[in-house]
Amino acid sequence: MNRNIILYAAILIFGLAAPFIFPAFKVQLSILCILIVLAITWNIQGGEMGYNTFGNILFYGLGMYLCASVQVGMFFPLAEWTESGGEKTFVHTPTQFFQGMAVGLVVAAVVPTIVAGLIGYSILGLRGHYFAICTLGLGVAAGEISGGIEIIGAGQGFTTPPFPNVGSLEARGEFFYFLSFLVLILTFLAVKAIYSTRFKLILNAIRDNEDKAEAMGIETMKYKIIGWMISAFFCGLAGGIMGGLVGYIDSTDVAFDGREMGVFMVLMAILGGKGTLWGPVIGATVFHIFKEGFWTFFLGWQYVALGVLIVVIVIYFPEGIMGWLREKYPERFGEVVDEADRKAQVEIK
Amino acid sequence: MDFLVFQYPMITVQACLDGILLGVLFALIAYGMALQWGVMNIINIAQGDLVILGGYIAYFMYLYGIHPAWGVIVAPVIMYFVGIAIYKLVINKVVDRDLFISILATFGISILFMQLMNFAFGADVVLANSGYGTTMLFDSNVVLPNSKIFSAFISILFAVCLVIYMKKSKLGRAIRATAQNARAAKILGVDTEKVYAATFGINAALCGVAGALISITFTIHPYMGLPYTIRSFMIVIVAGLGNLPGVAMSGMGLGVFEEFADYILGTEFRIGSVFLLLVLILVYRRFKLSRKREYLK
Repeated sequence: MNRNIILYAAILIFGLAAPFIFPAFKVQLSILCILIVLAITWNIQGGEMGYNTFGNILFYGLGMYLCASVQVGMFFPLAEWTESGGEKTFVHTPTQFFQGMAVGLVVAAVVPTIVAGLIGYSILGLRGHYFAICTLGLGVAAGEISGGIEIIGAGQGFTTPPFPNVGSLEARGEFFYFLSFLVLILTFLAVKAIYSTRFKLILNAIRDNEDKAEAMGIETMKYKIIGWMISAFFCGLAGGIMGGLVGYIDSTDVAFDGREMGVFMVLMAILGGKGTLWGPVIGATVFHIFKEGFWTFFLGWQYVALGVLIVVIVIYFPEGIMGWLREKYPERFGEVVDEADRKAQVEIK
Repeated sequence: MDFLVFQYPMITVQACLDGILLGVLFALIAYGMALQWGVMNIINIAQGDLVILGGYIAYFMYLYGIHPAWGVIVAPVIMYFVGIAIYKLVINKVVDRDLFISILATFGISILFMQLMNFAFGADVVLANSGYGTTMLFDSNVVLPNSKIFSAFISILFAVCLVIYMKKSKLGRAIRATAQNARAAKILGVDTEKVYAATFGINAALCGVAGALISITFTIHPYMGLPYTIRSFMIVIVAGLGNLPGVAMSGMGLGVFEEFADYILGTEFRIGSVFLLLVLILVYRRFKLSRKREYLK
């Protein structure tokens, strides 16, 4: 317990000091926070509940569009902001920007949650690969359809409001970093709190054998929908921040990017270890460092590397880093190990 | 949005014919999907990318002055070996595993193929011009390119050949036996590993044929693979595994649906409507099944 507090304090202090220690990497660190949030939320479905979704990108993209639309629409006519109305330039004052952002983030979190609740009953009734393909279709369909809606920029994209001039050049990076770090802490604490309740056990029961769980008197559908709504809430928040951070929303390349972000979240959670609290955090960190290295040094070959990486991780490393550690040092995970048993296992190997 | 379809009935005929000719092609791809799904229990997300790769083979023949229709013979031969290579490298390690592992692994292959094709062939939308001309029907009110008729004819030819091959040949019998019960087939002396490799190879070859035909009739682009995967998946779940007439019918149905979506909603919503239809079909299927489960209760 004592060690844990020191660990959390160390991470918190590092997180708060990071933008000042590495001022050049502020944007990268903010993206890392967002990626960790996405990996954690994916893990609620894929890891704990056993529902491997490609569709959480739907909430992420929805949050992104909603946050930006609200931020613009609160003060200026939205239709004139985007390409369809001649792409007029309006300038947000700092107060307008931050007010818009705050309201936008609330909307970006709440609406995807409601959407998840509404479609949850139909979609979460599907099992296994039908669910996976259905959610994949959902994400791509959302991207294609939002690419045809004029008021949010259609295929031309949507420029999010530029950061207002508040006197310091560093302000933009710091604002978005601390915002995403705050969301990361919120997500982590919320998920940690959830995982210590009966709710996590129910999710695990659904993963292990849904029919049996239902036979034991658990209303599985209710808990599946609640789990999805929790994911949607944090995905929407992450999307809203990411939209402001990137500064530009495109329907298929930024918002509903099933080919990149949608796969990244799955990959990060699997790399770190499905069904663990820390797995997605570690996985996302390792993945982001690896990805940025590749994006920088092998520009153009990044998708080739990504494809190979997916295949290699999925085939040779499906347990993830946490799973590997668990096998290696089971005592650290609170498992009681019989020494004789372990020796026998080593000999067999 | 204009509802020309209702004001001008000939467009309906045009859309139906276009859709049916297109749907035959979808059915050919879906047949390969059903084959590997039934035999190996694999859902191959890279299916569409194999199709596009087949298309580029025909396109390259066209660039070097050979008539692209010969791609129908060359593409499946090359794609068969590509399929075998993919099987040996990746698929044989995921055959017995969880279905999601196979989905994710083939997703990785799909991304890899997309990008490699983008490097090799460029990101332009291309088509191989067959120079077949067009056929006019009903006082030139309905225009059908001959290449579409040709492609539908070739697809049917290949499908029929394959069905006969699966029924009569030794390998075909081995494949069907493995699909029914892999373990029993193994006990009875079928080399299932070889059967799996051959199945994946045949699937890739079918994709090659379909791709070559698509490069003649429509356009190809490195990133256009995923919609073909989704279409074939949709056709297979509507028809059910091992229901060949069903695959043909639902393929044509999907083709007609797409043409009408194109006319009514507009071209920008075409792919979106396909994906949305997939979601709707799966949701419908889920409610149908849950009602069935309630009867059993």
